[in-house]
Parts: sequence; C-alpha cells; structure tokens
Amino acid sequence: MNSEYEVVIGLEVHVQLTTATKIFCGCSTAFGNAPNAQTCPVCLGLPGALPVLNRQVVENAIRTGLATDCRIAPRSIFARKNYFYPDLPKGYQISQFELPICEHGHLDIPLDDGTSKRIGITRIHMEEDAGKLQHGETPATADSSFVDLNRACTPLLEIVSEPDMRSADEAITYLKKLHQMVKALQVCDGNMEQGSFRCDANVSIRPWGQAELGTRAELKNINSFRFIKQAIEYEVERQADVLESGGKVIQETRLFDSTSGTTRSMRGKEEAHDYRYFPDPDLVPLVIDADWIERVRDALPELPEAKRARFVRDYGIPAYDAGVLTQNHEVSSYFDTTVAAGADPKQASNWIMGEVQRRLNDAGSEISAAPVDPAMLAGMLKRIADKTISGKIAKTVFDEMWKSGTDADTIIEAKGLKQVTDSGAIEAIINDVIANNAPQVADYRAGKEQLLGFFVGQVMKASKGKANPAAVNDMLKKKLQE
Amino acid sequence: MSLTDLTLSELHDKLRTKELSSVEVTRAYLERIAAHNAALNIYLTERPVEALRDAEAADRRIAAGEAAPLTGIPLALKDLLVTEGIRTTCGSKLLENFIPPYNGTAVHKLRDSSAVLLGKLNMDEFGMGSSNENSAFGPCRNPWDRERVAGGSSGGSAACIAARLAAASLGTDTGGSIRQPASHCGAVGLKPTYGRVSRYGVVAYASSLDQVGPVTRTVEDSALLLQTIAGYDRADSTSIDCPVPDYRAALRNDLKGVRVGLPKEYFIDGLDPEVQRTVASAIDVLRDLGAEIVHVSLPHTDYAVACYYLIATAEASSNLARYDGVRYGRRVTGEGGLIEMYNRTRGAGFGDEVKRRIMLGTYALSSGYYDAYYLKAQKVRTLIRQDFLDVFAQVDVLATPVAPTPAFRLGEKGADPLQMYLSDIFTIPVNLAGTCGLSLPCGFAAGKLPIGLQLIGKPFGEDALLGVGHAYQQATDWHKQQAEL
Amino acid sequence: MKISREQVVQVAKLARLELDNDELDALTGQMDAILAYVDKLNELDTDGIIPTSHAVPVENAFRPDAPVPSLGTEKALSNAPAAADGCFKVPKVIE
Ligand SMILES: [Mg+2]
Ligand SMILES: [Zn+2]
Repeated sequence: MNSEYEVVIGLEVHVQLTTATKIFCGCSTAFGNAPNAQTCPVCLGLPGALPVLNRQVVENAIRTGLATDCRIAPRSIFARKNYFYPDLPKGYQISQFELPICEHGHLDIPLDDGTSKRIGITRIHMEEDAGKLQHGETPATADSSFVDLNRACTPLLEIVSEPDMRSADEAITYLKKLHQMVKALQVCDGNMEQGSFRCDANVSIRPWGQAELGTRAELKNINSFRFIKQAIEYEVERQADVLESGGKVIQETRLFDSTSGTTRSMRGKEEAHDYRYFPDPDLVPLVIDADWIERVRDALPELPEAKRARFVRDYGIPAYDAGVLTQNHEVSSYFDTTVAAGADPKQASNWIMGEVQRRLNDAGSEISAAPVDPAMLAGMLKRIADKTISGKIAKTVFDEMWKSGTDADTIIEAKGLKQVTDSGAIEAIINDVIANNAPQVADYRAGKEQLLGFFVGQVMKASKGKANPAAVNDMLKKKLQE
Repeated sequence: MSLTDLTLSELHDKLRTKELSSVEVTRAYLERIAAHNAALNIYLTERPVEALRDAEAADRRIAAGEAAPLTGIPLALKDLLVTEGIRTTCGSKLLENFIPPYNGTAVHKLRDSSAVLLGKLNMDEFGMGSSNENSAFGPCRNPWDRERVAGGSSGGSAACIAARLAAASLGTDTGGSIRQPASHCGAVGLKPTYGRVSRYGVVAYASSLDQVGPVTRTVEDSALLLQTIAGYDRADSTSIDCPVPDYRAALRNDLKGVRVGLPKEYFIDGLDPEVQRTVASAIDVLRDLGAEIVHVSLPHTDYAVACYYLIATAEASSNLARYDGVRYGRRVTGEGGLIEMYNRTRGAGFGDEVKRRIMLGTYALSSGYYDAYYLKAQKVRTLIRQDFLDVFAQVDVLATPVAPTPAFRLGEKGADPLQMYLSDIFTIPVNLAGTCGLSLPCGFAAGKLPIGLQLIGKPFGEDALLGVGHAYQQATDWHKQQAEL
Repeated sequence: MKISREQVVQVAKLARLELDNDELDALTGQMDAILAYVDKLNELDTDGIIPTSHAVPVENAFRPDAPVPSLGTEKALSNAPAAADGCFKVPKVIE
C-alpha cells in the first residue's frame, strides 16, 4: 500500500433487525417467500396507506445504542428522504435525519500491538429498507428490471461511525466487532449473504500530517468482510494513483465488483442528488423516557467483552480461549451451558475449540445444529474427570455421540469402554508384554529409557485402550526395574 | 315531498319503522343521478347495480332489527377516499383505472354500518384546487348555476347535496376543500379537528393538513355522519385517542351563554358586499338566539395563504412521488428507459395545477431553500396556531365568512393561480391551526347563489360547533332552499 | 427575479416531471410571482419560534410486532402497468 498517504475510513453499516414484522406495517419479514407475497397497502406505497411504527424496532435501537454507549435521544423524529427508484415504493424512504434515536457512542477495537482504539459512533438511526431489484438476463428480459417488494419496509438500523479508522484492517476489526455485538444483542441475525449486515465505506486519503480530510468516495453495499477489505485497499490505491498523476479525487458513489476486485463509478443514481429531507408528517415524534431506557438496559444481554472477562475470572480459562469462545454468541452460550452442566471449564474449552469446532467446520454447519449438545458434552467430560474413560477413549465416545446423538454413558456401557483400573488385570497384561518383548526389555534396562513409550503403547493396545494410562505408566516402570 | 328531500335522521326513522325500504330510497337517488349527472358532472363513478345490492343487504339488516344510524342510507364519497374494488381516480388521469385492493378507515366504517354507496364524486385532481376545474374529468358544475363553479376541491361532494344526488357525502379538506364548495353549493360542510377522523385510506395531498369530513343538508345530518366516522384509529399515527362525544346530544336550540368571536381580519375591504351583508345578518341571528358577540383578533391571518402554499406544496411534492408508473396507475414510456418513463408518466399524467404545486413544493424543500421557505413556513404556522389558542381563551366559537365571494364563473380565475389561492384566505388558517370549522348556508347573493357562514371551533370542539350551527338552522331556513335542476 | 428558468428546469428534473417549453415558461412566471408573494413571511420575526409539523400535539404511536395477513402477490400486482413472474416490471435500471 502506498505509504505517502494516510488512509481515513468511516463506515455506515445497515443492520437488518430480527423483528417478526416490518417497521411500518404488519407484513412478515421472513426471507425467501414468493415475490411480492409479503406486501400490503403500506409497504407497496399504495395511495392512502399510512405507516405506524413497530415498537420492537425502537427497543432494538435502544439496545444497540446502549451497547455502544450512545446517548438515547429523549425525543427523536422520522424524516422523508426523497428520491426516485423502482425499489422505493413511495418515492421516499422513511428514515431519521435531524434528531436520530442514538448519538455520540463508541466501540473499542483491539489493535495488533495489544492496545485498543476507540472508534466513535456518530449516530444510529432507524429506517426502512428498499425492495429488491433484479435485472433481466435472458434475451427476452434484457431490457427490463423486476421489482420484488417483500423486503421493502423491513426495519434497518444505520450505524454511522466517525472517520476514525486508518486501515482496511482496522475497518474489518471494527466491523467484526460490531457484527458480533448485534448478534449478541439479538437484534440482528448477522447473515451477510442475505444482506442482514451490509456496509458502505467512506474512504479518503490525505498526505501525512494534513489536518483536513481528503475528498471521499462512498463504496456501496459490500456483503463480506473479505470484499470490504479488498474494496478499501483497491480504493486507496486508486485514489493515490489519481493524486499521484496530478488529478483530483471526486466525491462519488462507487460500486465494488467482487469478480475483478475493483470499484467503479455508479451512474444514474448519482444524478440530481438532493434528498429534500423533511419531517415525515405521517409519523409523530418518538419520546423515550428514562424508565424505558432503564428497562431496556436491565434486559440487555451480556456483551462479548464482558463475557470474555467473566470467562477468565470465573472459569479460570486462558484469555486466548475466552477470546475465541466469545467471538460468536452461540458458541459462548454453548460453552456456558456445558460448564453449567458440570464440565471442567478448561476441558470444555479445549473440546469446543477443538473437536466440536473441527466437525462443524467439516460439515459447514452452525453450533446450534451440533448433534452433541452441551449436556451431552458435559456428560462425557465428567466421565474423563472421574476416570471412567481415558482422554483417548473419549475421542471414540465423542465420535459415536456425534454420529448417533446418544449420550456418553449409554455408549460407554454398550461398547464396554470403561477404563480398566484394576491393578491385577493391568499387571497381567504388563507381564505378557514384558515376556513377549525380551530384546526391548534388555535395551531399556541397559539405559534406553525412551522405550517406556513403546511398552505403554503395547499395554494400551492389548487392553484395547481401556487401561488407565497413569496406572500403566507407574506399574510398567516398577516392573521394568525389577 | 320527495324521497330525496329527506334528511338522514328522517330517513333513518322511516327505514327503521319500515315505512320506506332502502331499495326504494336508493332507486329514487339512482333515478335522479341518471337524469341529472350528465349535465352536472358530479359523479365520476356510478354504481347503480351494486348500490341496489347494498340496499338489499341493508334492508335485510333492518329486518333483522340491527339497523345502525346509517344503515340503508345512500351516500357518496369524494374520489380521494380509497374504496376496495371500486375505481378511485383522485380526479387524475394518472389513476383513471386504479382499483384499490383495500378500504380506508372512514369508508370501512360506513360499509360496516351498511350505508349504501352510490358512487365516487368529482373533485380537483388530488384535492388541489378551489373550483373543481382541475379535475381531469371535467369540472363539476354548480347546481344553482351551471355556468359557475361548484367550488373545490370537494366540488362533487357539495354539488351532490345541492342537486340531491346523494343523502350525504364525505369530502376532504386541506385548506377549505369541504367548507368552500359547501358554501358555494348551499350545503353544510364540516372540517373536523386534525386527528379526529382517521386519514387511513385518504389519498394524501398535504398530510399535516388533510382531514375527512361530512357534507350534508343539515347540521344535524353532519352530527350523525361525523358520529360514525370519528374516532381513534391505530392505522393512522396522527389520529388522536380522545373520546368521541355524542354529537347529536350537543345540538341546541338557543345560544344563551355562548360567546361568538368575530375576528376583525376576516371582515376586510376586499369582501364581496353581498357576502358581507349576508354574514352580518347571520351574526345578528346568532345574537338574537342569545349569543354574546365579541370582537377579537387573529393577527397573523394575512400570512396564512403564504404559509399554506409552502407547507402544503412541500408535503404534496413528496406525497405524489409514488405516482411513478411502477406499481399502479398510468405509465408512459419512451426511448430513454427508466428516467424517461418517470418523467413522461408524471408529465403526462398530472394536470397543470398538480405539476405547479409539485414544482413549488420541490423547490421549497430543495437544498439551500429549505430554511428560507419550508422551515420559515412551519414557524409561521406556530404563530397562526397560537392566534387561535389565544382567541379560544376568550370565546367559544368564531363566526366568519367562508369565501370572499359567491361561486364564480367557470374559467373566470383560471389564468392567475395566485388569485385562486387567495380565495381560500378564510378557510386555510383553520387547517394550519389543526382545529375544526363548519360551513353552513346563511343566505343568497343576487342570482340565487348560496353564501356560507363559517363557524370555527376549538380543537375537538366539533360538538360546540354543531350546537351553534343547529341552533342557527332552527331559526332560519336557508338550508331548506333547493336548487332547481 | 425569485427564480430563473434554469432553476425551474432543474426543479423539474428533481421532481421527475417532463415539461414542454410552454409549460416551463409559464411555470417560471407563476413560480416567480408565488415566491414573491410568500416572501411576505419574512416580515415576521420567527427567531426562537419552534416549527409546527403537527398541529395537534401527539407522540409515540406504535404497533405491536405481531404479523397481520399481507395482500399477497396477486392483489399486490393487480394494478401493475407491467408485471412478470410475480414482480413489477420496469425498463432496465442501469447502475
Ligand atoms: Mg441509510
Ligand atoms: Zn406491508
């Protein structure tokens, strides 16, 4: 990356809320129905229809505002943003302009050097989504576009950051943290492919030391972390090239093309840019009193940062583990439930980060769909702790649990996997092994002590893994010295 | 006396006692419509077959002993009210074939009470006009003089009362659109307080000013009709959750103890002498009925028209953005693709006055002009509203003219839009203040042209307004005079 | 002049209205006259006056987050000037 310039990035994130109904009408927000099936006079923008605000949207906005230390406005209003587009049924989007519901918040992000950086959040406001526009691709439809308004009027929060980020990596760290947070708050499902979490990036560059910001380009609607990074990096290079060659960066909206990894200027939508915002006369001011805010605060779920601290403090697991486990809301609650069911926290952490995660990755599925639930995992871990099975046998048990969905005790019982701790039985096997491996015994006794592992292996094999490894170790050492 | 001369309460009584059937009454109205509508252009959509079906259903309901106050009564609606399955044009070419898939709340309430729906009434396109000359389907004519305007924008709603082509009707009033045509046609028109009647299903012109109201023959009829359509509605965020009084119980026969204010700004030099004289004698009647007449002032009256034409047009420019040829209405395409489709659809679909207001409103909201025009107008609106609140600390109702002149000739004011706007000077302040106003016949100018008296009430003071109006009608018979067709 | 013909052209573009030359000429004069008239509002000192966007004070109108039946595709499209495959059809949008 060109190092003559400082990169300045501000992000506008559109978060689709997980309410059952749309923001201003009672149509369902469910994804994937037949086109225009989930529409009514309000979200179709039929003449005479009027919007009424979904209370849950306000709750979710307050939640998100509190989690980002925003000031919740005691009085906020809705405004109309006027522009023509076929996916915008009323010819205006109901949004907030002056007096948004949340302002002046922040989110702290970790930097590589171990310090953290505060990213300012300018505002969070509520608005309605537009519909979906598809462009005809067959020869017969090539001159047409097609409008599906199922998504129109779906509730969004727009979270606008200050231009506080200085690299694509910082931007990604901020976005990932925000993504984690809205999922933990249960206001958004975080599904980026379905567009539940979308990002516009305002990118500009300026010579180091220059106080005023450079002219920015707005990169629109990028739907994966990887693409955001690519888009920003491409854009920084492009702007540097423009400046380098004596040109001027123009303020414009640019579209990221994920196949070429480049951005290009957007035509059409740019022309005649004057949104003529004014207070929507169809909606009344939203007044939020301190009681309401406190009620939401009390019901706020634990956020990843607080959770990480609690895992270290209460469970004594390493900070690294806590960090990994709290990256995903479902994973952290899986862990919490496993420990609550009686598992040793460090063991639980190892297994979740290891075996569980590996299998989910292989299957490409989510932890909520894991065939081994927290109670089952805890059940197995308890059997390791009380020495019913060894760690090695546990892998076999886990495999079987994953395949069959049966609990550990049933599997141990049915397959006779109980660890052998009876010293008589172990002694008999050891005696056999010593008798059958005379040359190795001689070597060992001559000082080749690393052969101990070989003997342990032989014993474990003969016991089909059921012998208690610690007991085997002790007894072997004794016998070999005899 | 013919069936079409009966008032709502007379009709209700005769239907309930089965002295008359709804089918008989409906047929009488349908015959009159068939005879006179072509000449007057009052109905944009007639529904003779369906109206009779409505009437049969109403008669069955009456027979079952379940008659509501409006059951079986033939009514008509301004074509700005959305009606499920019934063409709703808003007086616009653009919506010539628009058939809504839903009913608005006021319409729903009427349908629920089994009122008979005769059809949809002519109006200025999207409610924009004061003469009904801005209808894409030709002007509605004044039944008292066919060469004159019926007034607007609810011209059809008022004319159908004067011509006895419906027992009562609904209109909408954004800057005088119920009261002014009622005045010109000799009908009773009520603009309720903003928030009193749901706006759900009322095609928006200027959302912060629009309100639905009854146009009727008598004040008592107005009370009856308002009773059915008034009330809080969850579907309209600006509807107000406050109790609906018994309006008929508020009707009175004298005005003892009532303080009637005369705002000096409404009795100005430009007032037509016959309007001046007629309104003055109406005020004498109020005094004779026992009212105390008080001279008051609404100092910001002179700014109301300017204020209104910024706020209303700004809201309209946004409200009418949805007519883009994508989801409903007429579409006109061209070579240039989407943008050209927008431009042509709207350029060809809207009439001159609508385009003028969209242009003005777009300009008033545009970057660099918002503060100077729109925001300034909203601040002046605060002053105008405060004038009314101050005055209502001193008086119960205000009495004023409705319009500065009687109905003018068709085409007379076409050339100069500003002159047309200024004719709404006495009605506009009521919408800006959000309060209620009643227009009722109080005499005639030479040539038998009706003149109206406007009574203005406190917010949610419709009961007081109707009370005073009713007392006036008990003492006079202007409302009983009939236009000869 | 309160407004020029060029500005009127610009506003028409913003409002998506195709207007012919005669209309533009007429509108320029009419808008100019109306804007000159509304200038009278500047006679009033409105410093510190709170703007009124709703004549009747009301706040917090909500609906519960409970689904109600939608119209469905057929009714939604019943007035569409052009439709295909359950969608409203428009001339191609170029982004
Ligand atoms: Mg937005
Ligand atoms: Zn809907």
